[in-house]
This record gives sequence, structure tokens and C-alpha cells, in this order.
Amino acid sequence: MATTVDRAQSVAARAPRAGIRIDAGKLFTHLALLILVALWTFPTAGLLISSLRDKDQLAVSGWWTALTTSTSQGVTRIGTADAQLEEGGKFVIRGNVFGTDTNKQLAGFGLTNGEPAAALPGASLPMKEGGTISVSASGAFEWVNDTRFEHTRGPRIFYVAGIAPRFTLDNYIEVLTANGVGRSFINSFTVTIPATVIPILMAAFAAYALAWMRFPFRGLIVAVVVGLLVVPLQMSLIPLLSLYNGIAQTFGAEDGKTYLGIWLAHTAFGLPLAIYLLRNYMAGLPKEIMESARIDGASHFKIFTTMVLPLSFPALASFSIFQFLWVWNDLLVAMVFLGAQESKLVLTGKLVSLLGSRGNNWEILTAGAFVTIVVPLIVFFSLQRYFVRGLLAGSVK
Amino acid sequence: MTDIIEQVFGAIVAIVIALGGCVAFFWGTNWLLDKFLSDSATDSGDTMTRRDTLRSQIRPWLFLAPALLFLSVYLIYPVIETFRLSFFDKTGRDFVGFSNYVWLFGDGNFHQAVFNNILWLIIVPSLATAFGLVIAVLADRLWWGNIAKSLVFMPMAISFVGASVIWKFVYDYRGDASEQIGVLNALVTFMGLPPQAWITIPFWNSILLMIILVWIQTGFAMVILSAALRGVPEETLEAARIDGANGFRIFFDIMIPQIWGTIVVVWTTITIVVLKVFDIIFAMTNGQWDTEVLANLMFKWMFVNFDYGRGSSIAVVIMLAVLPIMIWNIRRANAEEGTR
Repeated sequence: MATTVDRAQSVAARAPRAGIRIDAGKLFTHLALLILVALWTFPTAGLLISSLRDKDQLAVSGWWTALTTSTSQGVTRIGTADAQLEEGGKFVIRGNVFGTDTNKQLAGFGLTNGEPAAALPGASLPMKEGGTISVSASGAFEWVNDTRFEHTRGPRIFYVAGIAPRFTLDNYIEVLTANGVGRSFINSFTVTIPATVIPILMAAFAAYALAWMRFPFRGLIVAVVVGLLVVPLQMSLIPLLSLYNGIAQTFGAEDGKTYLGIWLAHTAFGLPLAIYLLRNYMAGLPKEIMESARIDGASHFKIFTTMVLPLSFPALASFSIFQFLWVWNDLLVAMVFLGAQESKLVLTGKLVSLLGSRGNNWEILTAGAFVTIVVPLIVFFSLQRYFVRGLLAGSVK
Repeated sequence: MTDIIEQVFGAIVAIVIALGGCVAFFWGTNWLLDKFLSDSATDSGDTMTRRDTLRSQIRPWLFLAPALLFLSVYLIYPVIETFRLSFFDKTGRDFVGFSNYVWLFGDGNFHQAVFNNILWLIIVPSLATAFGLVIAVLADRLWWGNIAKSLVFMPMAISFVGASVIWKFVYDYRGDASEQIGVLNALVTFMGLPPQAWITIPFWNSILLMIILVWIQTGFAMVILSAALRGVPEETLEAARIDGANGFRIFFDIMIPQIWGTIVVVWTTITIVVLKVFDIIFAMTNGQWDTEVLANLMFKWMFVNFDYGRGSSIAVVIMLAVLPIMIWNIRRANAEEGTR
């Protein structure tokens, strides 16, 4: 109580002098953090906004201009002589240079690549095939000639058009259906769920033994688990691949790349962290409860299944989230043990293959990337508490 | 369509079998142990004690068996085997002594990869830890600090490949004449400078790739350091404030020394991530334009050239780089064990 009063008094005494300086410091803190958070957020924001933009706009203007009208150049081939109509002694070909696009506004048109905006909307230009053409702002054109059209190949019309801002889910529909991302999405789930579930019980039993049972070599096993936590995956790949291929040959399969193989691999790679996290957590459970249960004659098996396992729920949740995110986001293990075959690609592998084949089609890449990161983001934001707790248990200890 | 249903069904079956198998193993062995080594009224005292001891000697190993089996097959055996293979030829059949290592130390790509890995090791952990620390300190003083922390933490959930696409979009280059849709080039042209194909400019492209990992790992550093900062006793800060220390003095002279141990842990954890970094380079450049790193080089020798000997020798180099941290971790864990 006394200290509270003291502090209040000292603050009151300093306030008149220091007031302005403190506010400036606070303002600086707000500003500095705001800039840092903006830096950390805007790359993802750019991706998300871009994935929702019209693909023509995305290709010609930055995502930060998404709400303004952008201009683009285009070219279209207009009708041949077959499309002509005879009206009042003149011959006419009509149509729209934008085709079926309705969100474009013509800014100018021309007949050569060098001068795509030679004439304003509504003006006329002479055509070398004969007659004159005029294009209105909506893109509708009218090509009028005194004599019958004879050409068999439609001439090209170049134009500059403004595109009104447009947001659409078309990019998503395209990547999910036409580009096989939908299939990869299912593959990712197929890999991730079993690889997350399988190690839990195994690790929990081992963790309990290492935390609460006394037996020779316990210290050594703990040390091995801690050591395995940081062993580079690269050390495992070649021998395991040979092993898998050997087993596949024995059974007459063409290669060792199966879902079963990758589930077991991920299970094993997740075990050191699982055992370490769970053991730390279980070791922190109150000793008195364990001992009194022992004295009452409960076996280790009973203590584990009825008391420790339910009490360890937060640690189990932490590990499950880690394992889920790690398996979902993994590229290396999937490429090695599942292969690059189109029908078996997981989302990360699919994204890499899109980067190679569609490297400049940002509408495909942005939407594809967002599909791959949306599931971990949902898991992450809804279960952040457990995730943070697991991180703290895994490294501060 | 049918193969998708088959695949999903297979996954469900696998979960059921795996869980069922685990349950059956643990309950089954426990039951067997109690049944065949149980006490009965007719036994003498000596026999009962002997059986009790035997049971308590066997039980821990039953608890550990499946985990130990997996760890042995998937981690311990491969580590030994990779060491062995690094002394063998392409196919792993003929012993070639140190020739893989001799080749490796004379290889230009390896030099490039080692140089880049060292650069990564210096830059990424230091920047991620520094940014994490600054953000943790700033956020803990503001009412919207938790929202800020969530947003900075978010990249932790994104895959390295997803992050690569996000940043490739930032670094995108579209030729001098057309409008730039990458933020970096838009900024550069806004300042009146010519746009660049950033990813193809040696040295700076490596830095740009490192920024991706810094962007991901800062959230990790921030969360751990933020928790450590909360453990700094309020009295020491208050005392410093009363003595008239300003914010910077408090930060450098009081906070940092008190959380030094945690800073080291964060640093080493990120160091391990950096040593293994593969996805970012594989997705962005595949080692072109002087961006090669060890993990990507190893992947090339393993899966492009199918040379298991050379691939193994590169893996061993990565392993040796990790080794000091591994030993330090084990000693730390052992020390903790002693206090328990």
C-alpha cells in the first residue's frame, strides 16, 4: 500500500516537468511499432489483395493501386467480309473490341502497334481495306464502306483502355480447378492428418517413462532425444530412400514413394520434439500427486492413462499444432518420399511447380499461394495460445 | 475421382490402424506383463519381490519401445549410414576413402555455398533476434501491443515456399519500360532510379533471400523474448527509472543483461534453422546467380545427379556445423536434469 502511494506521489511530482517528454516518447513508440508492423504485414496483404484482383489489372498495375482505374493496351482482330451487313447502300461491320469484357473504358484506338491511341473514342480512321472505322468509348466499333468488303482476314485494331477496379474470385476458381491445386489440397490433408495423429500416443508413453520412471540409461536416452532435436533432416534422406526403395523392390512395387512411407517418416521426424515437449511438461506436474497415487498402489500404467494423459492436454495440443504446421508446410520430405508426380504433389510442391511453369502469371501464383497458407493461418490464429505455450516450453527451458 | 476417395479412405484407415495399434500394443503388453509376472498368494516373499523388481525393470522399456524403434530406424541408423556412405562412391558400393571430401573442398559450388551459408549465419539470426527484441519491447508498452505481436508472429505459420512466393512478388521485375508491379521496384522507380531484376544480382540477391527468413523468424524471437522480458523484475526497472536512467539505458544496461540467456537460446535456435534452409533457395533461384547454399547443393547431388556419396558428404558437413550447438544443448539439458 505504502509503495503505491509513494509511486503516485512521485509521478504527481514529476508530471508537470516530464509530461511533454513522456508523450513524445510514447508517440515515438507508437510510430516505430506501427512502421514495423506495416513492414511485416504488407507483403502478405499485397498477396491477398492481388489474388482477388482482375488478372488483366494485376498484370499491369501494382496492388496498392487496386482501387484506382488502370490503363492497359490491347489488340483485337475484327470481323472478315463474312460479317458485313448492307444498310442503305453502304456496307457495315459491327462488333466490340473488348469482346465480352464490360469493365473497360476506351481511351483511344489506332491501327498500328506504334500508335495504339491514334484516335479518340468516337473519331474515325481510314482503313487500308477501304472505308472508315470508328470505335466508341464502350468499345463498340462500326466499320463503314461504300463498296462491298472483300477481305478474308480481319484487320487488327489496337486500343488503350481504362479498366475500372474489379475484384473477383475467378483466380481462385482457376487455380483450384484448372491448375490442380484442388487435388494438391486434398493430398496435403492426406499427408498431414495421419502424420499429426500417429506420433502423439507413442510420444506420450515415452515421455512419461522418461519423466517419472527410474531405469538404467534414462539420462542417455534423454540426451539422445535432445541431440536428435537438431539433427539435420538431410542426414536421413539418402539412407531412408534406399531403405524404402529396397522394401518396394522386395514387394515388387515400382518405387518406395507411398503415403504410408511419408506418414511414418513424418511421425519419426516429429518424435524428438514431441517427446521433449511432453517430457518437460509432465516433469513439471506436481510430484505429490504421483507419489500419493503410487502409495495407494496405482501402477505406472494406471497413473499415466488416468491422470497424466488428461493433465497433459495443453502440451499435447501444442505439439499437435507444431506437427500440423510443420508437416503442412514441409517441402523437402514430401519431395523425397512422395515424389514430384502430378497426382501426388502436396501444396508446397505444387506451388514450386507453378513458380516454374507459371512464373509470370501472378494471378495464378498469388491465389495458389493463398490457398496453401490459408489452412495454417486458420489453425494458427484460432490456437495461437497453445502454439505460443509450446514454443516457450520448447526453447526457454 | 475414385482415386481421391481411395486416398482419403486410406488416410482414415491409417489413422485407425495406427491409433488402434498403439493402444493395442501399450494395453496389451501391460496386460501381459501383469498377467505373467503377477503376484499370487501362494508365492513366497522372495519370489514376490523378485517379480516386482522384474516388472518395474521391464515396464519402462515397454513404454519406450515404439518411440525408440522409430527414432532408431528413421534418425539414428540414417545418421550412421550417411557417415558411412560419404566414404563410398556414387552408388554406395565401392569404398573410396576421403575422395568425396577431397572433391568437395575443391568444388567451386561448395565454396560458394559455404560462403553464403556463413553470410546467412551472420545476418539472419542477428537481424531476427534484434527485430524480435525491439518489437517485444515496444509492444509490451502499448495497448495494441498484442495485436501487433500477432501480426508480426503470423509469418511463422506460413510455409517457406508460401513466403517465397509472397516475397518474389515484392521483388518482381517487369522490364524498364512497363509499370512495375513489385513493391521494391515501384519504390525504386518512384525515387527516379532504374528498376532492377533483383533476384539475378549476385550478393544482393542472397541478402534479399535472407530477408524472407528474417521476416519469418522474427515472430519466433519476439514471442520468446517477450516472455523473458516479462520475467525481468519490475523493481529493478523501477529503481533504474528513479535513478534517472532513460529508456535506452534501461534497455541496454538492465533488460538485455537479464535476458541474455534467452537471447542466446533464440540465437542458436534460429542458427539451426538457417543451417538447414532449403525451401527458400530451391523455390526462388535453385542456387542460380551465386545464391547456392549447402542444403540445396546436397539436394542437387542427391536427386539431380543421383550421387549418394557426394550428397552424403555434403550432409555430413551440415551435420558437423550443427554439432557444436547440439553438444551445447545436451549439456544444458543434462545440467537441468541434475537440478531436478
